[in-house]
Amino acid sequence: MVNLLLENGDLVVIEQSDFQQLLDVLAERTYQVVGPTIRDSAIIYDEMTSYTKLPIGWTDVQGKGTYRLKRREDDALFGYTVGPHSWKKYLHPPVSYLWRTNTTADGFQVTTAIEEPPKLAFIGVRACELQAIAAQDQVFLQGRFVDADYKARRENIFVVAVNCVQAGGTCFCASLKTGPKATSGFDLALTEVLTGTNHYFLVEIGSSAGADVMQAVTHQPASPAQIEAAEALVEATTQQMGRTLEPLDLKELLYNSYEHPQWDELGERCLGCGSCTMVCPTCFCTTTHDTIDVTGETTAHSKKWDSCFTMTFSYIHGGNVRTPLRSRYRQWLMHKFATWLDQFGRSGCVGCGRCITWCPAYIDITEEIRAIQESTNKQEEKIGGKL
Amino acid sequence: MLPHLFRVHQVHRETVDTFTLQLDPVDERGAVSFVPGQFNMLYLPGAGEVPISVSGDPAQAKHLTHTIRSVGAVTKVMDKLKRGDLLAVRGPFGTHWPVEEAEGNDIVIIAGGLGLAPLRPAFYQVLSDREKYNKVVLLYGARTPQDLLYRHELERWRGLLDVQVEVTVDSPVGGWHGDVGVITTLIPRGHFDPARTVALVCGPEIMMRYTVMELEKREVSQNKIFVSIERNMKCATGFCGHCQLGPIFICKDGPIFRFDLVKDWLGKRDI
Ligand SMILES: Cc1cc2nc3c(=O)[nH]c(=O)nc-3n(C[C@H](O)[C@H](O)[C@H](O)COP(=O)(O)OP(=O)(O)OC[C@H]3O[C@@H](n4cnc5c(N)ncnc54)[C@H](O)[C@@H]3O)c2cc1C
Ligand code: SF4
Ligand code: SF4
Repeated sequence: MVNLLLENGDLVVIEQSDFQQLLDVLAERTYQVVGPTIRDSAIIYDEMTSYTKLPIGWTDVQGKGTYRLKRREDDALFGYTVGPHSWKKYLHPPVSYLWRTNTTADGFQVTTAIEEPPKLAFIGVRACELQAIAAQDQVFLQGRFVDADYKARRENIFVVAVNCVQAGGTCFCASLKTGPKATSGFDLALTEVLTGTNHYFLVEIGSSAGADVMQAVTHQPASPAQIEAAEALVEATTQQMGRTLEPLDLKELLYNSYEHPQWDELGERCLGCGSCTMVCPTCFCTTTHDTIDVTGETTAHSKKWDSCFTMTFSYIHGGNVRTPLRSRYRQWLMHKFATWLDQFGRSGCVGCGRCITWCPAYIDITEEIRAIQESTNKQEEKIGGKL
Repeated sequence: MLPHLFRVHQVHRETVDTFTLQLDPVDERGAVSFVPGQFNMLYLPGAGEVPISVSGDPAQAKHLTHTIRSVGAVTKVMDKLKRGDLLAVRGPFGTHWPVEEAEGNDIVIIAGGLGLAPLRPAFYQVLSDREKYNKVVLLYGARTPQDLLYRHELERWRGLLDVQVEVTVDSPVGGWHGDVGVITTLIPRGHFDPARTVALVCGPEIMMRYTVMELEKREVSQNKIFVSIERNMKCATGFCGHCQLGPIFICKDGPIFRFDLVKDWLGKRDI
């Protein structure tokens, strides 16, 4: 095999039988590999050293408030979409410690609790998830303040993206142009092709680190036919996507809909459980806790994922700002599709569908948005008709 | 961002539930400089961290001064601090009152209750640069005479010949012979020229709303009125998401805002 030096942007092919090499090479480069695997009847993200821990031959069936695993007819490694976990569990962990204190002779002292983060290689990051990481980068890295813990974690990862070759039951990334193809933010991007006896991955090199890793994995230059086959699969995913959401003029529409009756309706249906905010890969809110050890000598100040659906989230002395559930649901949706755009110049939603799948009240944000859009259109038609 | 240690130099009790701490940095990392209107995150181990405005004189570079009302979990523990105790501080954070920007104008400071604490630094600065302003007016309202902050200072300021200081209370319990009524009743009496007035307002949100209405009656334009907004806050750096008011992060876009830029958001319910 002639092994020419690989570069950013190159397309190569690795055979399924050589896939383990990728994990081994990453391990050699001292990365801890994390990727999708099955636990408690769901595909979650966890550490793995062997690719056999991947949900090989499994797929997920998702719908409003439902998630089920099903056997596939083939042995695809990545034949499913996103589950309840997202990569924020590694970059923005559910609980992290900011500082500790310990008692001294004349009071106390404060020391950092931020630890050297693990060096992680993410396997199987979907296009929408890359966009979600980019969205959290803006929150934690690109404002006036930089979150040192997030920065350290973020700088320590290697990203192997996977292009979706089948649409999930609740996805709508195509509408938001956040998928199904990974366009940036990865070191390597794979498209899994499985036809008859062929089972290979088209690999796009996205960085020099990616090129370096691929150099060490058995690969071939990609043929035009292989590239075409992979592109056709991704294109078909776009066509398959069952859900849509029209983002055009949505921010303005929502800003003019603060008193829309749909919020009252949602206030009736939503349980305020916060499940949507926990599974959402862009949601970043946290609260803080102080814990004291039994001796009373040391304390720890931690931050923990929080949800705008909790009553205490908006608490200020004298009461909560957002007491009715209606207003808390409104905060969540407005943030995703209106205020986030003013804060960060992009949507706070990447169309991954998790909040639809994991809502126990069967609330589907695409339907809720559509209801507001359609009622407003009707309103406009009426006004137009009168004139 | 780690908090820096400060030692309590003095505790001064202002009212039954409110006290002022003078803090000294334990080492050179603790900053005492700030701009009027800014706040710090004050932290006690095992209790927690809360946003508190700096209430001292910005020209005085020795101590850091905070006035705190004991209302809940964290502030009640702070209420027990004594001289010599330690406290940890992150900051200062946030936008400031446009004290320098207002030079050459009349300046009207309107405070309700604890709202005088974040405004006191602005007033100190105006007094020390008195010649740079035309009329200077301080209007202060509290619930009862026992709730007045900085009482001795108010009396001293009221004795100055080139500032107007008016104080009112909602209910005159305990032998009060001064003005009685809500803060807005003082506004018609303020000696300022609305056409060249900058107004700084801080107090409960409802008080600020009525105050702005009253200022508008006197034709002070909304873009010359500044308010300080309070929301739940856990980080002060735009990460925790708690302080959002529509698209605004109170911690980093505020807490001080030009009224016309936030009025639409303040006018919405449960937001
Ligand atoms: C920018 C800013 C400046 C402030 N300046 C002062 C000041 O100078 N003096 C003063 O006494 N108070 C000030 N406050 C209010 C002060 O932060 C709260 O009274 C304090 O957080 C209450 O904490 P607690 O734990 O004692 O009360 P609890 O009622 O037990 O509150 C629990 C938690 O809710 C949050 N919280 C509750 N009330 C508020 C609130 N009003 N604002 C923000 N978070 C809140 C805090 O995280 C607090 O730890 C300011 C608030 C803000 C946002
Ligand atoms: S709002 Fe819902 S669909 Fe959008 S990114 Fe969050 S979880 Fe995914
Ligand atoms: S929208 Fe659904 S998931 Fe989100 S808080 Fe309401 S009931 Fe829970």
